[in-house]
Amino acid sequence: MSETSSLVRSRLDPEPVPRRDFLGLASMGAAGAAMLFALVGMLRLPKAAVVASPSKKFTVQLPDSLAPGKAHIPAGRSVALFRDEKGVYAISLVCTHLGCIVKEAAEGFECPCHGSKFTADGTVTKGPAPTALPWLKVTPRDGEFVVDEDTTVPQGAKVTG
Amino acid sequence: MSSTTSKSALGEFLGNLVRAPRAIYRAAFRTGAPTTDRSRSDFVFGNVFLHLHPVRTHRWSLRWTTTLGLGIAATAAFLLTLVTGVLLMFYYKPFPEAAYESIKDIHFVVPTGRFIRNIHRWAANVMVVAVLAHMVRVFFTASYRAPREFNWLIGMGLLVVTLGLSFTGYLLPWDQLAYWATTIGANIAQSPRELTDSLGITEQFDPGGLQKQLLLGSDTVGAESLIRFYLLHVMILPLALAALMAVHFWRIRKDGGLNRPEDADARLGPAPDATYPVFTEAPKKTYHLAAIVQGRTPAVRRGPENTVPSMPHLFYAELGVLMVTVLICVGLSLLANAPLKELANPSVPENPAKAPWYFLGLQELVSFSAFMGGVGIPAIVVVGLGLIPFLDREGAGSGDWFGGPGGARLVVWSAIVGLAAVLAVEAFAIQFGWIRQWFPHAPQLLITLVNPGTVLTAMYAAYSIWLVKWHNSTRAGALGLFTCFLCGFVVLTIIGTHFRGPNWEFYWSPAQWPTH
Ligand code: HEM
Ligand code: FES
Repeated sequence: MSETSSLVRSRLDPEPVPRRDFLGLASMGAAGAAMLFALVGMLRLPKAAVVASPSKKFTVQLPDSLAPGKAHIPAGRSVALFRDEKGVYAISLVCTHLGCIVKEAAEGFECPCHGSKFTADGTVTKGPAPTALPWLKVTPRDGEFVVDEDTTVPQGAKVTG
Repeated sequence: MSSTTSKSALGEFLGNLVRAPRAIYRAAFRTGAPTTDRSRSDFVFGNVFLHLHPVRTHRWSLRWTTTLGLGIAATAAFLLTLVTGVLLMFYYKPFPEAAYESIKDIHFVVPTGRFIRNIHRWAANVMVVAVLAHMVRVFFTASYRAPREFNWLIGMGLLVVTLGLSFTGYLLPWDQLAYWATTIGANIAQSPRELTDSLGITEQFDPGGLQKQLLLGSDTVGAESLIRFYLLHVMILPLALAALMAVHFWRIRKDGGLNRPEDADARLGPAPDATYPVFTEAPKKTYHLAAIVQGRTPAVRRGPENTVPSMPHLFYAELGVLMVTVLICVGLSLLANAPLKELANPSVPENPAKAPWYFLGLQELVSFSAFMGGVGIPAIVVVGLGLIPFLDREGAGSGDWFGGPGGARLVVWSAIVGLAAVLAVEAFAIQFGWIRQWFPHAPQLLITLVNPGTVLTAMYAAYSIWLVKWHNSTRAGALGLFTCFLCGFVVLTIIGTHFRGPNWEFYWSPAQWPTH
């Protein structure tokens, strides 16, 4: 007993590493890795593969009486269609700031949420909206027009038909 | 009871039956009435819920000016929302339109439904107020310092989860207010695009779009979003809050009880006779293990002299705060009903579309730049608040209100500076507009970086850096910055709530709003 006393460790001293159970450590690591892997898999679930949203394409029949500069807003859609001598075009009414629906104003559009103002062709003149209201793709078909809310076109692009 | 052979088993059975209620009670509660110091200790650590508390509490912690009872008030309000929330779930249907109908039923048809709904709504508001006020008290008594830094961080987590609970709950009624506040909120989540768009990298790197999609499960607020918000509101966030609260309370004990000044014992004077002498009987539980457990207990370095048994002193105080909180929530619920607007209509925004009041300061900032107001500045604030205990590592003034160099005077001056700055910046922006009106073709990046919100943040930061130099103290800087932040928050919230009307335009009073 007495000659080994210098070797006696306190229970509080850490065990020397060589005595550690290598297999124990390895299995702990493996279990940790497995759980991490499972977590990554679980985090994948909430990102929907197919975004469920109503169809972004719709067909409109423009009234013959539509005067240049006057907006035609199809029911339930946040898009304004216009017709002038150069053709037909569609401007999105979804504010580029935070997604409120802009209203027609005396000149152009204004947003009720944080007061952004836009000219009749969608350019921002006031407020926090970072970009112009996008112009949407319009395709003429048999006297009607198909609007695609998912596809934007450059400002000023009008179609005849 | 040793059974004697003379007694029949049937007799013993009957005897046991008669004694069963007592035996069951004894099995559950091993301790007798808490009448001595020892049985009072048993009372606490014999109960899993009470054992979150220390067995004995320092007298300083029980002075009402130490905590103002705010942490317990927040806990009480949370318990109220929990109970009333479970009741609301009996009738609530998380599906568009059905949700609105079910809230209408709860409000107008279900027995006591409106009252329960009112309490839920009001308790949620009271909780937000209590949590914010609690944070303010912890800050101004410098109670975030070592060894309590980590508990301050847990507190930040609690604050964020509390606000998350409010935000997710706001959508559930599916009325106009709910729909548009959530649309705006989801687009704030998407607003990093304001930055990535200006840099032209959205195609490759779009964290904003990902955040919005994860939040809504779709690209507009619809059935998928409602079920996600519902799940967060009734399950994920309450569980997270409960877990964080358990850690928060446990850490208070591990950090040596509540913070108190170095000379607290001297200032308290001798304890009243009724609480003396400590430990009338030999303690039943001895702490051999205390030798190897590192850390503090309420008694470290001080001895137990200035502590009193938690049962009854602490528990009665907590019960008092609980009852006052319930009284406030019930009183408010009798005075004012929870709002319910028209059914959500995705093609006509509510005008003005206002978030809950505690987000209206942010909404004001968002009305200058979506990204900076909704993501950038809040992130700076949260990171800044979180770093406070790691940047201010001084010791002086800990445990005293406005403790630190400069003290209350510094706080008053900082409040004046903070108010002046926010009022000046707001007045300028309301009067003269901002860059987009002067130069319609200014690049968006410029407005994202330089707008009233960022200017104000920079002013506050500069002022507190100057304070650090002037007083040669990090606590002085922290005091200044926190006070400014508080003034900014309050003023922006009041402007957003009271002075903004339709089209987010400035009106001196809601009475002047145009009626369309
Ligand atoms: C749901 C939210 C919260 C609840 C229920 C809660 C609860 C409590 C309670 C009951 C106490 C005991 C003392 C007192 O009542 O003041 C306490 C102490 C403390 N809290 Fe919170 N808290 C919350 C949020 C926060 C926040 C937002 C912070 C700061 C960012 C924070 C930081 C602290 C710290 C550092 C202490 C120790 C103070 C000391 O030692 O004097 N807590 N909390
Ligand atoms: S959503 Fe249009 S200005 Fe904010």
